[in-house]
Amino acid sequence: MTRTRGTQTLAALAAACVLGAAAQAGEVDHPELVINGETRITVEAPAPDHLKDRLDTIYSGWVFRSKETQALEMDDFDNPAMVFVDKAWEVWNTPDGSEGKSCADCHGAVEESMKGVRAVYPKWNETAGEVRTLAQMVNECRTERMGADAWKYAGGQMAAIKALIGLQSRGMPVNVAIDGPARATWEKGRELYYTRTGQLELSCASWHEQNYDRMIRADHLSQGQINGFPVYRLKNAKLNTAHARFKGCVRDTRAETYKPGSPEFVTLELYVASRGNGLSVETPSVRN
Amino acid sequence: MKPTTLTLAVSLTDTPGDPVEGASIAGSKKKGNCVACHQVSALPDVPFQGDVGPSLDGVGNRWDAAQLRGILVDAKKTFPDTVMPSFHKIGGFIRPGNGFTGKAAKEGELKPLLGAQQIEDVIAFLATLKE
Ligand code: HEC
Ligand code: HEC
Repeated sequence: MTRTRGTQTLAALAAACVLGAAAQAGEVDHPELVINGETRITVEAPAPDHLKDRLDTIYSGWVFRSKETQALEMDDFDNPAMVFVDKAWEVWNTPDGSEGKSCADCHGAVEESMKGVRAVYPKWNETAGEVRTLAQMVNECRTERMGADAWKYAGGQMAAIKALIGLQSRGMPVNVAIDGPARATWEKGRELYYTRTGQLELSCASWHEQNYDRMIRADHLSQGQINGFPVYRLKNAKLNTAHARFKGCVRDTRAETYKPGSPEFVTLELYVASRGNGLSVETPSVRN
Repeated sequence: MKPTTLTLAVSLTDTPGDPVEGASIAGSKKKGNCVACHQVSALPDVPFQGDVGPSLDGVGNRWDAAQLRGILVDAKKTFPDTVMPSFHKIGGFIRPGNGFTGKAAKEGELKPLLGAQQIEDVIAFLATLKE
């Protein structure tokens, strides 16, 4: 087992090693995820190369949810996120802004033009000379090509359109590029991931790498993967973006958070996405 | 063999710790919330005890009061790199927040997670956890 844990008492450490020896890949028990009886979702995969010294296996957050919550994702009729996706589909086809254009006017059917897009974002943008997120691309179309207002970065409209776009890649492997010009951004994101913030001095890795599959109070800790975002959370009954989740997690370390859409969270999104390279896009997923 | 420990022999306050109050601090989400990460059999009424850290059962046999004080004040001095927060420390944080608001902590207003008397109360409680 390459997952590193804090130095515990020797007895606890010995116990962890024994567990670790028996627990290579397949360490976490879980059912298979097949959506609508046809789309197979990879919820467990070997860690991507860049992560191999820290983890053997990566898991979707779905694996750690209760049977009831898991079931909601197995059929689109039960998935509460689909209401938002349907609304976004209308938005896709509805003109907006001073140019009187809809997304469809430039891109055609979302089912065709957006297939595979979610799987490779965030992505290096040659024209902009920086890594761009899907939300930034959407807002660029709105302000530059439609003459419409930018949507709030982590707001409901943005979450819904991202869910619609993400759905077109459902079942495809997450495959964000971390080399070439994206490398520097990725490295900044990695640094944030391992920085222990706030009065509780916890990093993303403190929970989601060192202690996944354990309980903090009533929460069963996952690896904090974002392959399923935007996610519908039962807790707030709406779609949630990855940046909103990052913000909540950082806040819970008793820290000053970064803002959704901030350069810091863009780097973090690229890095966290890359930790899920090999899992399926699962958008829109359901969590508690 | 135990790791090198920060031992603090001198009590942080003049009032002896109160184990009953200490139990309440350890079990309360709003105070110490030790059970977020530790299982404690002596607190059967506290639901959802976590397992990020070792069970605290028998901890009164494993450590004396001076060692427990060190672990509580700043656990990282005893367990380097531990995820356990430092409960009586007010400096050296990266981006400290104003509680759980997500906003920056106000200059000079950061309070330790537990006050001196609360630390003594928790130590008194932990000392009762013997097997
Ligand atoms: C965020 C998780 C977390 C919280 C909250 C937490 N601890 Fe811990 N604690 C740990 C971990 C993990 C260890 C094991 C040490 C290590 O990391 O090597 C530990 C170790 C200990 C030990 C040594 C245990 C032994 O068996 O040797 C004591 C005593 C202790 N904690 C007491 C407390 C008390 C009291 C509180 C609350 C006031 C508390 N902890 C809150 C994570 C936590
Ligand atoms: C203070 C504790 C804590 C820290 C630190 C933390 N998280 Fe989380 N995170 C949680 C809890 C609790 C959940 C809900 C259970 C789960 O999925 O693990 C969660 C869930 C998530 C999820 C949702 C996963 C899903 O499948 O829905 C993501 C993504 C995530 N965290 C990312 C991060 C990132 C990135 C960081 C660092 C910036 C971070 N977390 C730091 C506590 C934390």
